[in-house]
Formats: sequence, structure tokens, C-alpha cells
Amino acid sequence: MIEAYQAVVLVPYAAALVLAALPSYRIGAVGNVIASALAFAAGLWLMLGPQTVGSYAIVDEFNVLFVAINTLVGFTAALFSASYIGHEIETGRLSPGFLRFYHAMFQAMMGSMNLALVANNIGLMWVGLELATLITVVMVGLYRTPQAIEAAWKYFILASVGISLAFFGTILVYLAGQPVLGEGLPSMTWSLLQAAAARMDPALLDLAFIFLLIGYGTKVGLAPLHAWLPDAHAEGPTPISAVLSGLLLNVALYALLRFKMLMAGQPSALDPGPIMIVMGLVSLIFAAFMLYQRRDIKRFFAYSSIEHMGLMVFAFGMGGPLANFAGLLHMAMHSLTKSSIFFAVGHVAQAKGTQRFAEIRGLSVTHPRLAVAFALAVLAIAGLPPFGVFASEFLILTTTFARQPWLALLPAFGLLVGFGALLLRLQDTIFGEPVGPAHRVDASSVPMVMHLMLVLAAGLYLPPVLVGWFRRAAELLG
Amino acid sequence: MTLDAAIQFLAQGAQMFLVLLIAPLAVGVTRRVKARLMRRQGAPLMQGYRDLAKLLRKESVLAESASWLFRTAPYLIFALTWVAAALVPSFASGLMFNWAADVVALVALLGAARALLALAGMDVGTSFGGIGSSREMMIATLAEPAMMLIVLTLAIAAGTTRLAGVADFFIAEPLAVRVSLALSLVALVIVALAENARIPVDNPVTHLELTMVHEAMVLEYSGRHLALIEAASMLKLTLYLSLLICLFAPFGMAPAAAGIGGWLIGTAAWSSKLLLGAALLGVWEVSIAKMRVFRLPDFLGVAFVFASIAILLAYLSRGAAE
Amino acid sequence: MKLAYEISHLLAGVMLVVSFAQLYQQRIAAVLNAFAAQSITLALAVAWAAWSEDRPDLFITATIAFLLKGVLIPVALHRTVTRLGVHREVEKVVGVGMALLVGLALCGLSQALVVKIAPVSAGLARDELALAMAIVLLGFLMMIVRRNAVTQVVGFMSMENGLILAATGAQGMPLVVEVSVAFSVLIALFVFAVFVFRIRERFDTIDIEALDRMRGDRR
Repeated sequence: MIEAYQAVVLVPYAAALVLAALPSYRIGAVGNVIASALAFAAGLWLMLGPQTVGSYAIVDEFNVLFVAINTLVGFTAALFSASYIGHEIETGRLSPGFLRFYHAMFQAMMGSMNLALVANNIGLMWVGLELATLITVVMVGLYRTPQAIEAAWKYFILASVGISLAFFGTILVYLAGQPVLGEGLPSMTWSLLQAAAARMDPALLDLAFIFLLIGYGTKVGLAPLHAWLPDAHAEGPTPISAVLSGLLLNVALYALLRFKMLMAGQPSALDPGPIMIVMGLVSLIFAAFMLYQRRDIKRFFAYSSIEHMGLMVFAFGMGGPLANFAGLLHMAMHSLTKSSIFFAVGHVAQAKGTQRFAEIRGLSVTHPRLAVAFALAVLAIAGLPPFGVFASEFLILTTTFARQPWLALLPAFGLLVGFGALLLRLQDTIFGEPVGPAHRVDASSVPMVMHLMLVLAAGLYLPPVLVGWFRRAAELLG
Repeated sequence: MTLDAAIQFLAQGAQMFLVLLIAPLAVGVTRRVKARLMRRQGAPLMQGYRDLAKLLRKESVLAESASWLFRTAPYLIFALTWVAAALVPSFASGLMFNWAADVVALVALLGAARALLALAGMDVGTSFGGIGSSREMMIATLAEPAMMLIVLTLAIAAGTTRLAGVADFFIAEPLAVRVSLALSLVALVIVALAENARIPVDNPVTHLELTMVHEAMVLEYSGRHLALIEAASMLKLTLYLSLLICLFAPFGMAPAAAGIGGWLIGTAAWSSKLLLGAALLGVWEVSIAKMRVFRLPDFLGVAFVFASIAILLAYLSRGAAE
Repeated sequence: MKLAYEISHLLAGVMLVVSFAQLYQQRIAAVLNAFAAQSITLALAVAWAAWSEDRPDLFITATIAFLLKGVLIPVALHRTVTRLGVHREVEKVVGVGMALLVGLALCGLSQALVVKIAPVSAGLARDELALAMAIVLLGFLMMIVRRNAVTQVVGFMSMENGLILAATGAQGMPLVVEVSVAFSVLIALFVFAVFVFRIRERFDTIDIEALDRMRGDRR
């Protein structure tokens, strides 16, 4: 009898094997969608099923919701990719030969992310993240233009360094746990480590956390470790940008938070809060300012991702039930919103045949429905009510204000700066004289609209079930 | 003076003269091995002695611009190097003046000798002398800190800076394969090569302007002065070989209280190790090419880095052992 | 047993020395040889740990490290360098002397960090941890101060060598880790091999400076 958590990992991997064997990309695209739908079903099953703690896998409040979101966004991204990639082949930017591996790699990447999410073994968590990262590296270089290769190479180098440092941190955690829990598997099991954290050597835990922060922080996109992010988003295919921003950053942050929970168990170890606050703020404000200079639409939203990840890290650094709740909510909302933004960007790029802002103008004239959707998506990510992102940002700001009034000025300032940039660009893009070509848009609008609906719904009314989930997870975070 | 004290005194004197006597032989062995490996006959082993005797008989020609420094430097250099070489424990470790054989004193003596040589090289005002002196000081700037770190590492390991104490410590400790000591060994070999003007740092037989270092400094010397300087460089080579043996391969060395028998065994062990070292040096010189001068700082920098790591590791493991 | 500890410590020290040797080299071929030497020493260290601590699964890791990183990868890289006609000298960001000094500072840093850990927590593994951390940091340094794509990959692989050494020193870390490390090496090699060829297709050099000229971040 197969367990829910096993299904959520095995289904994508099995699908990857099947898809690698399929010759035609059209069948592959359909297969991709089906496999993602199955994975989503498995994710829902996991969410509704009981919580377990095994020696290799853990299912608790903290990760069920993320698995569900992961599989949902994977499903919608597969939908989007199926229609999007067809257009790319028509315009000649991609050749069918690659696409069979594209779909297989897509599924393998989803499987690896799910593996990282449900793993109780810190080694397995690392393996999952590393596999997902390496697969995205290959996919970023898919277009094989010089810029794509350079972006993929930069991503590869930085991500590999980050992963190696994170691995070293993992070894150090094992070394810390070994005298307390004994050799072998128990010292690699997160739940046991967390329970025994108070007996572990604080200096060793400090060292471990520093390495883990730098290592996984690189994957989260914290400044100054973010250098790979803009290029990777800009040069890779749009479905991959959506998955990177919406999912991979979240999974990396999740891993970081698991270790933060570990540190919280040892009072004499250094408090990760202040470091995370500082790094979060630096990312937030730096990215907000960088938004003004961007002339490529995908790079623009990549910096927006850095900004939001910075905000999340800041929230988790603040700690406490409200801030954690807000951070978790923001993780979920950002995941949905940012992926819908990238879906919209994909449509826009196909509509205008370019990614440069200077050539994307007057969408309300040429593509009215797309313009509306895009405008709504940008307003959502800018943090306007009634979208869900507003709720989480508002919560973060108010809880910070309640605890450290002066500190709250900084994220507020960063968010305002980002807001300004977003509105500025939105105005240029939607209104103004249309320039350049106006192609038909082939890609499906369903994913984008669906995500926006979800975010809107969450902003208006968050079901008590979800509230309870978030609250319990926030308590776990400490 | 008691008989015992007299014997001790004689033993110490014997060490002094033993070192002096064996030095030309060591250099002869190196040259012979090099020549044989290059498929030449090579000069006979005793050629070093004959060269020194020849030079002593010859007239010493001085430049008109030579000062008192130029005339007295060879004597001072020879004396300093001889004292330093005589202090390194060779066949026995607890001889009469061993309290003076401090590693720091050793470095100081050698440094003083080198400074005098560099000054003498510049004294006459020729360009070759200037080249030699400046290159020599560049090498010294890099080699001496490394040397200090090496001896300090060994002193930390042994708990004393007396060479005899260090030797005793390494005799007692059974083949401790410690990383810090291995790193010190590598660093000391590099420094020894640099200080003795051996390939890859300097070629002892070249007289090309591009490649000379040591030879350039002594180019103006002749007759008995040159004999003294040649003897000093032979003694220096013997000193370094003896130092390496004493620190890293001290088996066979007689402890302090051993009698004549122990000393004889010690002498046999030491001389055979020394000559073996000289032969190995010959093999090494044949197998490697001389480095370009601008790469020397990197090469010596390696010695410095290894010596630093050695001392860091020694410090760390000392902390762990406590 | 003290001798076992001394020998494993010695092998780790040799790995550190070879890491410095990597930084010191001026030619790509020499860098690759130094990397091969480091990987072979790693294989020896892992094999010794397998024998002295009675962990036969580590013999597999040692064999993988030896074959893959000691033989196959250096040979493949040698061939790549020859075939791509890459400029044989290593383009440097900082000179050898400065790189060595910074490497020394990193060694000191890892010692300083490790000294704070109480001896009872990591036991004898403390020294090896310091050495492994130093090797990781030196590999990282190599990636930063050398501008050639091949040497960047070599630097990354020597970082991985340090990681494997650290994992070996951590007694009892399950096989999962060793297999995953070997696996990731495989993937990394695949990715890098693909890229070096793609880069060559697009440019005529694998100097990172030339790649940087295509930086799109100003868009």
C-alpha cells in the first residue's frame, strides 16, 4: 500500500521516465499535464490525510500546504507550458528534439521538489533541492542563445556553490547531533534532531547554520547572493521562470526554515532572527531600487521576487506567531501570484515578440483582455487590496510596528519603492501608444486566471481550515 | 677539570672539526652524483679539499675600491657559519655547549652571515655584485620568516627551543606522522634549497648574469678569501643537511650520557645519513629545472604558507591534546 | 587507535597541500593534475577510514572517488582542453602570491571557527573538520580568483572533495549521503560537459571575461 507522501514523490519521477521515452512533443505535453494533475491529486490526498513522522519522511502542518501549492502550481505550469511551448516551436526558438527531455525534466524537477518538501532526513532534503536546482539549470539554458548559456552557467556556478555550502552545513548538523542521538540514521532525522536540539553543542550549531544560511540563502535569492536570479529568470523559458519564482525559491526557504526551527531548540546558539531580518531588509530595499532600472520585463519581475523573498525572510526573522503566520501566508500568496505574473508575462512576450519594456506598450488597445489580466496580476503583486498579498504584507507591517515601530519603517519604505516601480511600468505597458507587432496569443489563459482567482479569494476570505493550518505551522516555527 | 668534563669538551671540539672536515666531502658527493647521472665521469670525491687547498695557496687580488669590509667579510662569514654548523647536534645530543644551540640563535647566526655576504657583494661597486646582493636579499626576505615559523613549530611540538631538546623529543616520540611536522619538513626543504643556492632557486655552477645569485656576490673574491667563502657555503650545506637529519631522522643519535661507543655509532649514523642526503640532493638537482627569478617569490611563498599552516595546526592539536 | 587517526589526519593534510598546489599552478594541465592528485588522496583517505573504522560501504565511495574524480574527470578535462584549443595558461584575477596568502587566511579562519567547538562534541573529528573546511574554502577561493571556466569547475570539484572528506570524518553518516554525493558529482559533470561544449560553440574561448561581455543585466 503506497502512502500519500510516497505518491507525491514517485508519481512525478515515474512520469519523468515515461515522458523521456515518448517521441512526440505533443503527446509529451499532454502527458506532462496528466502527470501534474495526478501529482496534484496526490498532494490533495496528502493534505487531507493524517500526519506522519517516519525516519525518512515527515508530514506535518508546515509542509502539507506547501506540497499542495507545489503540485497545484506544477499543474497549472504544465497547462501553460503545453500551450506556450507550441508557440515557441512555431517561431523557431526551440526544436522538437529537446522537448521530450523538457517534459521529462519538468516532472523530475517537480518530483525532486516534493522530495525536499516531505523529507525528514536532512540528507534527502538536500538531495531533493540539489536535483531540482540542477534540472532547472539545464532548462534555463534551453534556448541555447549566448545569453541563455551565460545565464545558465552563472546559475550553475552560484547554485552549486550554494548547494555545496548547504551540504557542509548538513554535515555539521549531523556532527552536532551525533554525540546526542548516536551514529547513523537518527542523527540525520530532522524530527529527532529538533527534539534533542537543547543538548547539542551551540558553537557547532552556529557554524552549521551560517553555512546553511549562505547555502540555502543563495537558492532563496537573498542579496548579495542573488546574482544568478535575474539572468536565470530572463533567459529561461517562461514556464520555468514561473516555477523558479513560484516554487523553487519557496522550497529553499522552507529548507532554511526547518533549520531555523532546529536552532530555536537550542537557546545558547545564536539567534538567527537578527541576521535574517538584516538580510531580508537588504534584499527588499536593494531589489526595490533595482526595479527602476530594469528594461527587460522578466528581469523586472525577477527582482520583484527577490524583493518578496526578502520580505518573507524578514518576517520569519521577526518570529512570533503573527509574523510567522504572515510569512507563511505570504509564501503561499506570492507563489500563486508570481507564477500568474509570469504566465501573463509569457502571454505578453508572445503577443509582442519581445521582452523589452520599450517595445511593450499600449496593450489595452491591442490585447484588451490580456491587458486586464496583466494589470490585475501586477496590482496583486504590488500588494493592493483585496488581493491576498495585501493581507500578508499588511500583517507583516502591523506586527513589526507593534513590536519595533522604527523597524517597521524599513520594509514599508522598501515596499513603497517597489510599488512605485510596479505602477510606473504598468502604466507604460497598459496605456500609451502601441508600438511594434501584435501577434495572436496562443497560450492558455486558464492558469493565469485561476491563480488570480485564488489569490483574490484568499484576500477576501481565508477559510478557517487554512487559517488553522497556518496558525499551527506558525507555532511550530517558534 | 675532571676527566669527564675533559672528555665532554673534547667531544664538543670533535663535533666542530667533524663538521668542518666532512663539508667538502658532502659537496663532492653531490657533484659526483650529478655528474654520474648526466653520464659524465665527474670530479673525484676529494676534489673539494683540493680546491680549498689550491685557493689557500693562491694570492688574493683585491679591487682598488675594496674597503675593510670586503677584506674582513670572508673571515667573519666563515666563523659565523662554522659556529652555527658546530652547534647543530650531529652524533650526540647532550654535548657541552648544547645549551647555546638554540634554534633562534641558529637563524640569527645564519642571517648575520648572509647580511655580511650581501654587503661584501655590493662593496666593490660592480653591477654583478649588486644583482647578486639584491636577489639574495629578496630570497632572504621570503625564506627567513618561513624559517622562523618552521623552527617555532618544532619548538612548540618539543616544548623547548634548544636544538638538543628538540632532537631528544623526536628520538623519543615513535614516528609521529603529524601533519604539522610533515608540512614543516616540506617547508624546511624548500627553505634549505633557497638558502644553499641550489636548483630550483639558484644554480651553483652558473656564471650567466641572468641566472646567478650566490655566485654573483662572490665574483670578485679570489685566493684565501674565496677559499673561506667556499668553505662557508660548504658548511652551510652541511648545516642544513644536519638540521634536517637531526629534526626529522634522528635515529642513531647518541643520547647525552652515552660513552665513546655510543658516540662512534652516532658518528657513523650521522655521516652516512649526511652523505645520503648529499646524494639525494644531487639526484634532485638533476631532475628539476631552475625556476625563473620572478617565480621565486611564489615558490618561497609556498614555504611560508606551509610553515604557517604547520604552526596553526600545531597550535590546534596542542589545544586538543590538553 | 592513535596511529589510525594520525594517518587519516596526514592524508587530510596532504589534500590541503594539494589544494594549495592547485592555486599555485600557472597552466591548466598542471591544475588538472593537481586536482587528480587531490582526488586520489581523497580516495586513499576514504579507503583508510573504511579499513580502520570497519565501514565497508566507504570502500565503494573510495572507488567511485578514485575512478571518477581521480581518473575519468581529469582525463576528460584534459581532452576537452586540448580539443577546444583553450588558451593553456590560467587567467588570473589576483596573483599567485596573493592567492596563497588569502588561502592561508582561510585556513586560519577555519581553525579559529573549529576551535570554539567543544572537544567532546566532535571528538577527534575536530581536526579533520578544520582541514575539510579549509579545503572547501580553498576550492571556493579557486573559483573566485581564476577566470577560466575549466578552473572554475575544478575549483568546484575540489570543494566537493572537501565535502566528501568532511562526510567521511563524520562517523556513521549513512550510505545515503555517500551515494548522493557521488550522484551529484555525476550530474554536475554532465551539466558542465554539456555547457563547455555549448560555450565553445558560441564563443571561441572559455574565458569568463568574454562571457561577461554578454552580461544582460543592464537590460
